[in-house]
Amino acid sequence: MAQRKAFRWHIMVFLAPAVLVYTAIMIVPLFGTLNLSLFNTTEEGRVFVGLKNFATLFGDPRWSERFWNALGNNAWFFLVHMLVQNPVGVALAALLSSPRLRGAAFYRTAIFIPTILSFVIVGFVWKLILSPIWGIAPGMLDAVGLKGLFAPWLGREGSALTTLALISVWQFVGIPMMLIYAALLSIPDEVIEAAEMDGVTGWSQFWKIKLPLILPSIGIISILTFVGNFNAFDLIYVTQGALAGPNFSTDILGTFLYRTFFGFQLQIGDPHMGATIATAMFGIILLGVSLYLFTVHRRLRRYQF
Amino acid sequence: MSQARNSTARSLAAHAVLILYTAIALFPVFVVVVNSFKNRRAIFADPLAVPTADTFDLIGYRTVLAQGDFFLYFQNSLIVTVASLFFVLLFGAMAAFALSEYRFRGNTLTGLYLALGIMIPIRLGTVAILQMMVASGLVNTLTALVLVYTAQGLPLAVFILSEFMRGVSDDLKNAGRIDGLSEYTIFFRLVLPLVRPAMATVAVFTMIPIWNDLWFPLILAPSEATKTITLGSQVFIGQFVTNWNAVLAALSLAILPVLVLYLIFSRQLIRGITAGAVK
Repeated sequence: MAQRKAFRWHIMVFLAPAVLVYTAIMIVPLFGTLNLSLFNTTEEGRVFVGLKNFATLFGDPRWSERFWNALGNNAWFFLVHMLVQNPVGVALAALLSSPRLRGAAFYRTAIFIPTILSFVIVGFVWKLILSPIWGIAPGMLDAVGLKGLFAPWLGREGSALTTLALISVWQFVGIPMMLIYAALLSIPDEVIEAAEMDGVTGWSQFWKIKLPLILPSIGIISILTFVGNFNAFDLIYVTQGALAGPNFSTDILGTFLYRTFFGFQLQIGDPHMGATIATAMFGIILLGVSLYLFTVHRRLRRYQF
Repeated sequence: MSQARNSTARSLAAHAVLILYTAIALFPVFVVVVNSFKNRRAIFADPLAVPTADTFDLIGYRTVLAQGDFFLYFQNSLIVTVASLFFVLLFGAMAAFALSEYRFRGNTLTGLYLALGIMIPIRLGTVAILQMMVASGLVNTLTALVLVYTAQGLPLAVFILSEFMRGVSDDLKNAGRIDGLSEYTIFFRLVLPLVRPAMATVAVFTMIPIWNDLWFPLILAPSEATKTITLGSQVFIGQFVTNWNAVLAALSLAILPVLVLYLIFSRQLIRGITAGAVK
């Protein structure tokens, strides 16, 4: 006992590959990017400029207009997800988990299919369906007598972003559905039986008994949606291109970062401003996640069965 | 009596809503696949009809196979996905084993450090990742993608696998130690086979985002020889926008492999989500 244990090399061997790859490819570049945002290129090469890039991003009207536009659009994109994706997901999960429902496995599998498709597929498929040239959407609206409602939604400044957000909701509704479904299944039968003994059934059972029990899951889904939405890029890029048209009305932080960093058409890519935008996104995500962890997450009550 | 009727009505309503939503979820996929087998006139004349002997046409598929190098793209995607998956599972399981099995100084800290990556997307480091890949000459190689995806997949893999490895019985491992097995043998021979279901879950979760990613192939490996299927179909469709047959066929070809894989693994995936969420 007095002798100190030999150094346990095997722990190092087990940990090293994961820690090394993760550090080298993820953490170092992340901090490298944060660091790059403090530099700029001038005639003398790379110069340290402190927070000047951020002053440009937030202060220079050419940049700040785009930035606030992208941030606002991103916030709306997230809001649509919270207001549509999560309630629909919860409702579907509640229906799926109703006892003695036949074909639940089939519904579950089918509703999850859009989630596994790539943005490229989803973006183009919806672009085709909503296209006035093909006429599937107007034709279907015509069949129910609502042809007047049709408009080229993706091509109009007012509706393009909301349409894209709804497409994204269509794609990802499977995730909240599955997670909530799992949470609902894990509620023990005794709790439900006790509620039934007290005459709490149907809707009121859902609101008063089940919903409070699945709140932690809804919290986790919200924060996952937040992180996912604030670094979204693919769907907008595929359907509207890097310029996020019409007239930047669908520009979100991801497409703004891509354009700035990589360049497009006549604008040359600028790694330093790109890094500045990435840092701003990092700050936004960090702020959102910590806000959630320190306020909402703490107050959620967890029940142990 | 009224109770029974009430519950039948309710179950009918539940089915009605679920069928409606299933239709919404599947309709776009259905329309695209069905129309990819029709000739141009039929695509526009009656988009919702299934192909008949009159309207059946494979012109779209012929264009796609003649123009795009889809087999190469597919092969690239396969190599990148399988290689990344292999490293994520191997390194992830090793790290998860170290974290869940041994007590050592810095254990919790290492766990938290690795878990950071679940919340912070790797995309934010893109600027520096690209510079690093340029500096090391890895731009336009599949290696660059494999490295990035391995790093991207590790945090979640370590997190899920260490949860599962805590559940492996200590008695079993100690019995192995008494029999003189090395720690490595215990890991590879005893623990890995026992967490195989969890590995399958992690595999599915890791695979889908890698296969579908557009960002990193676009930035790190956009050359013709290293295009993945996702980037390849994006570029192809962009060039052939007006050739509806070709676009629909390309989309169907992109959907099919994912759909087949999903239908094979869907039970595993759903079990994984359900098991993980209960915790």
